[in-house]
Amino acid sequence: MTDGFEYNREDAGQPSSLHPAYSSTVARSPRQPLVRIPQTLTETTGPADWSVLMGGLMADLTRQHAGEAQGQRIIVCGRVLDEAHRPVPNTVIEIWQANAAGRYIHRKDQWDAPLDPNFTGAGRVITDAEGHYRYVTVRPGAYPWGNHHNAWRPSHIHLSLLGPAFATRLITQMYFPDDPLVAIDPIAGAVPQPYRQRMVSRFDLATTEPNWALGYLFDIVLRGPSATPMEA
Amino acid sequence: MAQDNQSPELFGQTPWQTVGPFFHYGLPWKGGADLIGSSDLGARPELAPDANYLLNEPAERGPIAGQPIEIVGQVFDAAGAPVPDALIEIWQANAAGRYNGPGDPREALALDVDFAGFGRSATGEDGGFRFRTILPGRAPGPGDSLQAAHIAVGVFGRGLIKRLVTRLYLEGEDGHDEDPILALVAPERRATLIAAKVLDAPATYRFDIHLQGEHETVFFDC
Ligand SMILES: [Fe+3]
Repeated sequence: MTDGFEYNREDAGQPSSLHPAYSSTVARSPRQPLVRIPQTLTETTGPADWSVLMGGLMADLTRQHAGEAQGQRIIVCGRVLDEAHRPVPNTVIEIWQANAAGRYIHRKDQWDAPLDPNFTGAGRVITDAEGHYRYVTVRPGAYPWGNHHNAWRPSHIHLSLLGPAFATRLITQMYFPDDPLVAIDPIAGAVPQPYRQRMVSRFDLATTEPNWALGYLFDIVLRGPSATPMEA
Repeated sequence: MAQDNQSPELFGQTPWQTVGPFFHYGLPWKGGADLIGSSDLGARPELAPDANYLLNEPAERGPIAGQPIEIVGQVFDAAGAPVPDALIEIWQANAAGRYNGPGDPREALALDVDFAGFGRSATGEDGGFRFRTILPGRAPGPGDSLQAAHIAVGVFGRGLIKRLVTRLYLEGEDGHDEDPILALVAPERRATLIAAKVLDAPATYRFDIHLQGEHETVFFDC
């Protein structure tokens, strides 16, 4: 890009690194202020070919093993856009989640809910020329965690996006619109309202397929090119 | 209808959330931390059953121009305890100073198709990570400035709501005095950004990351 080109900085909806209600942020967040730097080629470029890095597509998480995954089958789709509503094409979305009972395949997950031999919970999709993506999975269960007494994570799907540049990297979690745990979750709660709602998907009857799967819409918005490039 | 990111009145950047503790079967692939060879550096496959390992495997690649280097380090929390559930990403130019991606318009500079310039590593139980890469070439900065050789670093993990961004510069390389980004860092904190040569280990540099505390690493808003 030309000299002075920048992506927008974080907007008001981005959380702070320190959010004491999520207790492990206390010892893992910096106390010194961030040093603001201009974006150079280092920040305005990003890896060209994600597929040689991460591997190919895995768009159906329910059919990665001998049998069908257990749980409520869902379709999640939407668009990856920049802040000016322009599509972000050919960008990878990495997906990982718990199974329908709220249990991760991870060996360190101690939650006493059953593993599903037919579900791993890892996926990967790519956006098309208009920024559209789509994957099939099961709705993940809620699970308890040790943050505070009677703490439960809402149902969520972890999502990782590179976007076009180092500066546009995003890792987030997608929540569900009918989940009462979102309002009392310290991790979702690190994002102030109303912006927290940007992480909540929308049930969509048009995406839902008869006798097969419920559909959810989730548009993901990355930092976009700055409208007023800084002169160096 | 409730507002969400499909609502024009709320539309905007999707907020960051933590990777949590259970990302190891979803993000760090075998070989993610080896940018020049075909080892399986970077992953923690022992944290999921073999039948559930769906991430990428190392591939053969051709020779890559430049001087091979290794980066070793550990991530520490405020108490100086190692962070065993962090994830490190790096992004860098090739030996010619060119970035292998859209956004770098300098097409006259050599491109190594087998050098992506992007790497990812989970930390081990000791908070440690290791990357194999090449010494990056120098790339231009704002105006007429020239940046010293450096690697962009992203830090993720349980307890990190969002990515922390820092930079790795290499001890003994040219241009630290004229680097436009180092110049924005208070002199007494610059040492946190300089990876030190490891004695008795050729071409190996140590880059520890302190999330907080007396030796807190400089993190950037970029
Ligand atoms: Fe989770």
